[in-house]
Amino acid sequence: MKTSILKKIAIAACAAISGLSCLAEGGDGKISIDGSTTVGPIAKAFADFYKENHEGINITISESGSGNGVKSLMNSACDIAAMSRFMKPAEFKSCVEKGIMPVAHVIAFDAIAIAVNPQNKVSSLTIEQIADIYSGKITNWKELGGDDAKIVVISRDTNSGTYETFGELVMKKTPVGKDAEYVGSNGQARSRVNSTKYAIAYVGLGFADNSVKVVSVNGIIPDLKSVSSGKYPLARPLFLFTNAYPKMGSAIYDFVNLHLSKDGREIVKDLGFVPVCE
Amino acid sequence: MGGGGSFAQAFCAGAGRLLLFCITALPTVAIVFMIFFIAGEAVPFFADLKNTAEFFSGFEWRPSDSHAPHFGALSIFYGTVMVTLGSCVLAVPAGIVAAVALSEISSPKISNAFKPVVELLAAIPSVVYGFFALVVFAPLLQENGGVLLAVAVLLIAFPASVVAAMCLGELAASVFYKDVRNPPVKLFSVPIGALLMALGLFAAHKMLSVEITSGTNALNASVILAVMALPTIVSLSQDALGSVGRDMREGSFALGATRAETIFKVVLPCAKSGIAVAVILGLMRVVGETMVVWMASGNALKIPEPFYNFLEPVRTVTATIAGEMGEADQSTGSARYHVLFALSFCLLMASLIFNAAGQWIGGGFKLPKK
Repeated sequence: MKTSILKKIAIAACAAISGLSCLAEGGDGKISIDGSTTVGPIAKAFADFYKENHEGINITISESGSGNGVKSLMNSACDIAAMSRFMKPAEFKSCVEKGIMPVAHVIAFDAIAIAVNPQNKVSSLTIEQIADIYSGKITNWKELGGDDAKIVVISRDTNSGTYETFGELVMKKTPVGKDAEYVGSNGQARSRVNSTKYAIAYVGLGFADNSVKVVSVNGIIPDLKSVSSGKYPLARPLFLFTNAYPKMGSAIYDFVNLHLSKDGREIVKDLGFVPVCE
Repeated sequence: MGGGGSFAQAFCAGAGRLLLFCITALPTVAIVFMIFFIAGEAVPFFADLKNTAEFFSGFEWRPSDSHAPHFGALSIFYGTVMVTLGSCVLAVPAGIVAAVALSEISSPKISNAFKPVVELLAAIPSVVYGFFALVVFAPLLQENGGVLLAVAVLLIAFPASVVAAMCLGELAASVFYKDVRNPPVKLFSVPIGALLMALGLFAAHKMLSVEITSGTNALNASVILAVMALPTIVSLSQDALGSVGRDMREGSFALGATRAETIFKVVLPCAKSGIAVAVILGLMRVVGETMVVWMASGNALKIPEPFYNFLEPVRTVTATIAGEMGEADQSTGSARYHVLFALSFCLLMASLIFNAAGQWIGGGFKLPKK
């Protein structure tokens, strides 16, 4: 009896100490994540998985765009910044000036899928054609072998990492045309394409479900294989940024390395992204 | 006890007054600080005269371009004006008619049932309106746009042509039959009404063939914003109508005026300053609304072609601020950050002018009360 009570006390003390150390490392046994709406679903799924296996950890996730993620990280408003692009030099610099050392963790690859309405006849485009559509050079589906109808061009807002990656990989410094409509999230872009017969939009591969038709780019349809083999041209890594490398064994350390585990890879795959290692 | 008690009382009263004064002063001080802060952050942008000139005269808005940024905000201002005017055209007549109907015509039972419902409209969060605009209204416009527009034209054209026919008929009759006591008004009003209705039908028929390629456009945003402005306009107009004294109405009835004459010639003129304030406050809600226009207006950076085409996407000032805010950190390019404050400053000035106009109208034409 006595020994068991002692044991219990010892366990409780250990738990308290580990809890305390957690407090010190993970900030009140709590991880707050802010940033990209593209990385958001992965972070959410990771958080759910993590919370199931670790009692007493509280993870909050805000999705306000990659740029806001950096801002939160540099102001110490969050522990992890989720980003769908790498930090810009200026952002890096202001982080360092504020005493924050950003460290990048690549947790998955994302392909930008070009989505059109399922009723659209066009099913393959080249990068040049996509750039011409978005710059306003091509305005009718007729020019691409489709119906004689005006193209409704839908872009993400300039706030989003997806916009910047698209600009980098497709537009290559050409400005987006003035007819383009802007929407605030991947989900919104998908729902607009789903409901608008002659719309085109770009979304993260994880958001390209059956409600839209994904066209091939330079002849290649984005999927796990074509992205991880590097064949699909519109792919990019997704990042979690932390302040310095997290202390081994801390909650943040576990969290940013979750994608390496088997479960983590499954989660990434289930969401339609491509795991880093297979 | 006497002296001490009264001193304590006086002290408590003084302290209470001071506390109340501080609480009252808080919003005023907050507003003053906000104006100073926004103006202060906007000054660095306006200090660059080249940027300022482009801001008020250019059409190209590309603040995110780090090599050659452009800050032409004219199309953004135009978008705000367009959406505001559009919702104004829809919400003001509907709101005033609804207020007149609720306070003058319908039975108290019905108005008591309707008023909370109208006010409930104001309590719905704007993101819900935006979601509705994006997921329900935009696809509806795309699929049945022509039919919807035709029905809308008919709904507006018929009552408008009846009213116009009545007024024009009376006018024509009084011109042609100057000395007759009961001029044959119907002789003029019926053909005029028929003509106007035929015009309305023709316009509706034309509308049937219109196809809307993109449902998130100025029309969508205007309609949703009109619905959002309605509760303000209706309930404040209703209050204004309610504050017209009973004596005015009874005097009018006693002089033999009908109910319509009483409404149009006595009650509405008496309540006009209150109604004007209601309209201005409704408009301010429209100008300042962000979430709905961000989701419903399409946010394209251009002036529609032709300029009155409500079926094209536009972008408003508020949506621009919301859309650009996240990337516009001081560290990532200061002009990009300050230009948003320049936009905010313009918006703030517009609201202040609107508000002052409301105060002036509300105070300038006081109700002729005894």
